[in-house]
Amino acid sequence: MHESGARIAETSLLWIVLLPLLGAAWNGFFGKKIQMRFGERAIAAVGCLTVAASFLLSLRAVLALPPGGAAADRVYLWFGAGDLHVPFSLLLDPLSAVMALVVTGVSALIHLYSIGYMRGDRGFYRYFSFLNLFVFAMLLLVLGDNILLLFVGWEGVGLCSYLLIGFWFADREKAAAGMKAFLVNRIGDLGFLVGILALWWSLAKHGVFSLDFRAMAEGIHLLQGDTILGVPALAFIGIALFVGAAGKSAQIPLYVWLPDAMAGPTPVSALIHAATMVTAGVYMIARMSFLYSLAPQALAVVAVIGAATALFAATIGFAQTDIKKVLAYSTVSQLGTMMLGVGVGAYAAGVFHLMTHAFFKACLFLSAGSVIHALGGEQDLRKMGGLRKKMPVTFLAMLLSTLAIAGIPGFSGFFSKDEILWNAYAGPHGHWALWLAGVLGAGMTAFYMFRLLFLAFFGECRADEVAKRHLHESPRVMTVPLALLAVLSVAGGWVGIPKVLGGGNHFHHYLEPAITAHEAHGSHALEFLLMAVSVLLALSGIALAYHFYIKKPDLPVRLAARARGLHRLVENKYYVDEIYGATAVRGVLVLSRVLRVFDDFVIDGLVNLSGWIGRIVALVSGWFDLVFVDGLVNALANGTIDLGRRARRMQTGAVQTYVLAVFGGILALIALYLGLGGGA
Amino acid sequence: MNRLESYLFISSILAALGVVTIASRRNAVAILMGIELLLNAAALNFVAFGRFVKNAAGTHPLDGQIFAIFIIVLAAAEAVILLAVIIAIYRQVESIDADRLRELKG
Repeated sequence: MHESGARIAETSLLWIVLLPLLGAAWNGFFGKKIQMRFGERAIAAVGCLTVAASFLLSLRAVLALPPGGAAADRVYLWFGAGDLHVPFSLLLDPLSAVMALVVTGVSALIHLYSIGYMRGDRGFYRYFSFLNLFVFAMLLLVLGDNILLLFVGWEGVGLCSYLLIGFWFADREKAAAGMKAFLVNRIGDLGFLVGILALWWSLAKHGVFSLDFRAMAEGIHLLQGDTILGVPALAFIGIALFVGAAGKSAQIPLYVWLPDAMAGPTPVSALIHAATMVTAGVYMIARMSFLYSLAPQALAVVAVIGAATALFAATIGFAQTDIKKVLAYSTVSQLGTMMLGVGVGAYAAGVFHLMTHAFFKACLFLSAGSVIHALGGEQDLRKMGGLRKKMPVTFLAMLLSTLAIAGIPGFSGFFSKDEILWNAYAGPHGHWALWLAGVLGAGMTAFYMFRLLFLAFFGECRADEVAKRHLHESPRVMTVPLALLAVLSVAGGWVGIPKVLGGGNHFHHYLEPAITAHEAHGSHALEFLLMAVSVLLALSGIALAYHFYIKKPDLPVRLAARARGLHRLVENKYYVDEIYGATAVRGVLVLSRVLRVFDDFVIDGLVNLSGWIGRIVALVSGWFDLVFVDGLVNALANGTIDLGRRARRMQTGAVQTYVLAVFGGILALIALYLGLGGGA
Repeated sequence: MNRLESYLFISSILAALGVVTIASRRNAVAILMGIELLLNAAALNFVAFGRFVKNAAGTHPLDGQIFAIFIIVLAAAEAVILLAVIIAIYRQVESIDADRLRELKG
């Protein structure tokens, strides 16, 4: 029975990946005409059904998968060179099963929601084509059986993010945001590529010619003791790969693209932030856990950067007034928390938080999209307020997902975040400072998320009259996905209730066969204590937000006025973009100018010099050719012609002359003969 | 007249007359007659040698006489062809003056 289950999973794999690609191709190639003739419904049907079918297939495959087993489909040999054979092959193991379900499930809901959100957009077909392509790339990323396929998907989501963030490309700022996302990701991708090449090279030195995850996991221990550029090879590879993850998952210092990515349509933000793209870095590190577990230095880098990102981005969240920017910084912060999780070796906890985050962040973004939709495009929190009664479904969804992200017990975010924090403190790679950073970040998250909730849904409505009159709850096609995601935000964490709370931590055990696990050790009392601290911090964050934005709404303004410098610093996101502009961007520009001068003078000079030398040589050789070679040839020809002209004179045409010459010749011959004969 | 030298002497005179005729006459038919004289001189030589030379068996071989007959046949054939050529030339240029026929000049 298990065997047939694995077979079902195997045969489904290719279609799970292909269906969204087919949808993307269909709408991409024929969408324009279909939209004109049959309307948006025909577009949406293809776009949504392909992803939904992909989700159902994934569900069937995952359910059919024997417990702890894996199914792989080797579709064809992608390329081979020497001893290296890289197949195009897909792998379904517990880790990719979780990812595939989250990606297709959340994507399907976001697709559905997009029908309502994008209604009336001229590029409706283009939007759905890109969205499908995004899902395809992400599925390739999570289901690919070797690190090169993962990289293909990795680049694919990068491309799609560029296409979707800059979806409204007629707007200069939005197009620029798309480019920024792409370029910052490229910086990370360079590191990633270096990591892949270093990994392949190091393994090949030991005779392991494979990029398959399982083959690499078997051979990875051979690298212990190797060095690259004086650094332990495993740490080098781990850190290089993490640079890629930092780009994709928006970690310090490469997070700057993500807040700008809010320029895209809100469902796109939800998709990028929740189920796809930004979680790729966390997934990749979990996937490479066999490597990271042998490289404590790399793990330490991941953990420290993750913790710093979690804390740093949370502070920026305090002062943002754009509803989507607040959510963007909360994503950066949450991703930092996930990185902290995988960085302390708690890979399962990191992936667990990735999953719950996908639920509540998608819900948050879609709720925000619903609000923005209702207000006719308004994103400024200062012009919202009092929406609770007008938009009850949206409010409820927002409330539940905010409770989840704040880490209130019982909601999904609590379980996953708590597992990370527990491992950060008591795990084998943990440290109390990492825990402190994580728990402070969590407390801040609770504060600024409730600030958002209070500003948008409570108090007086501060929108202008036109927007107020047109205020409405979103259509059902948008509220149904919201409701489903809200349910998941609440219940999505129940699969991983820790032992200390009477659960079995099923999630952890499910993932165990796919990743290298580290157990955190500590007494139950300590675990309870830490849990209590984080819950207390979250509650006080909420209380503080309540105090600031409901009880005394003028207090934040006065506080901001008192600590003006600090407030401005935070409000402007610590001027990080400006610092990058002044250093990195400016530096590149200066470098390019220097290079141009170098190019103009040195390179062009060399080229011109060699051209000049070539011309001189050609001149000399041409002269030689003309005088000597041609001279010789011509002299021969002229000599022959001259000889011919002289010989022609003998031809008089007079028959008698010829006859006389013949006789003369005969007589001469006779005379010669007689002379010789006489002599003899 | 039964000495070989007498025949050879007459043959030389015939050959010399033929050469002189060929070299001095302008008329192509006359030149043709000079050629005939040369051929006759050669034929006479063959017959004479055939008459006076003995082979190893002491008999006279017939080789010389056969050659003479060949030459006569050849001369007849040649005369026919040359006369035809001369007629063709005459038709072309209305003359059989050898000095005016300089088509072969290089």
